[in-house]
Amino acid sequence: MTITLDGAEMTAHITGEIDHHTAAFLRSGIDAAFVRQKPKTLILDFSGVTFMDSSGVGLALGRYKKTKETRCTLVLAGLNERDKRMMKLSGMQKMEGIEFR
Amino acid sequence: MKKVINDFKMNVAAKSVNESFCRAVMGAFAALCDPTVEELSDIRTAVSEAVTNCIVHGYREQTGRIYIDAALLEGNVLRIKIRDKGCGIEDVSAAMEPLFTTAGGERSGLGFTVMESFSDSLKVRSKPGKGTAVTLTKKITGKCDG
Ligand SMILES: Nc1ncnc2c1ncn2[C@@H]1O[C@H](COP(=O)(O)OP(=O)(O)O)[C@@H](O)[C@H]1O
Ligand SMILES: [Mg+2]
Repeated sequence: MTITLDGAEMTAHITGEIDHHTAAFLRSGIDAAFVRQKPKTLILDFSGVTFMDSSGVGLALGRYKKTKETRCTLVLAGLNERDKRMMKLSGMQKMEGIEFR
Repeated sequence: MKKVINDFKMNVAAKSVNESFCRAVMGAFAALCDPTVEELSDIRTAVSEAVTNCIVHGYREQTGRIYIDAALLEGNVLRIKIRDKGCGIEDVSAAMEPLFTTAGGERSGLGFTVMESFSDSLKVRSKPGKGTAVTLTKKITGKCDG
């Protein structure tokens, strides 16, 4: 994973597989940068993800808890159709402050 | 009972690092049937969910083993059984509800929902204090070599 910053927009480019094991590393990496940068928009870019199970949904929901607190917009980008469907099982598409891109 | 054409069994330490190992093994077994990319993803995802549940909920990150049993049945049906000897589930139908989770943390409560939607049938048997067994089947459209 690499994290880039463009003004008040922070992007986490996630690569590889997201499961319960790898989610722990991703979570701590994203959260550490989030606290440091205090972005107005947090983009989780899934275009480099080769596999995801429901731990990926948990990862997104967990970040949403943080972005909501600071009125930061959470953007879920680069999801394939199948993973997008999985995300939507959680009802995230209806939550305020989350965008699918 | 459908005839078994091919099968394998394994048991593996209930460590989170083995989540990827288990879905890779099952993917390799399913690949013998020439599944579509979509079917292969469905199988890998369902296995990842079941194995993770054994680790996170069954054994609660303590040591234990996960027992995996897979069979290719006549008619191109893959049957997968994933079992632990962990804490078991009090109320299985409640546990299977979408978004239900006892783990807090960052579990989404969607594991069973995902397993259900990515397979053709899902059966969960559990006994508190004894463990949990999840059996799922998935029809594969490709051609199996006996
Ligand atoms: N192997 C298991 N052993 C004990 N409890 C389990 C097991 N699998 C699932 N559960 C219970 O069922 C609930 C729902 O599981 P699941 O749908 O995968 O969601 P999640 O894993 O996100 O909690 C879990 O929170 C747990 O209480
Ligand atoms: Mg689960």
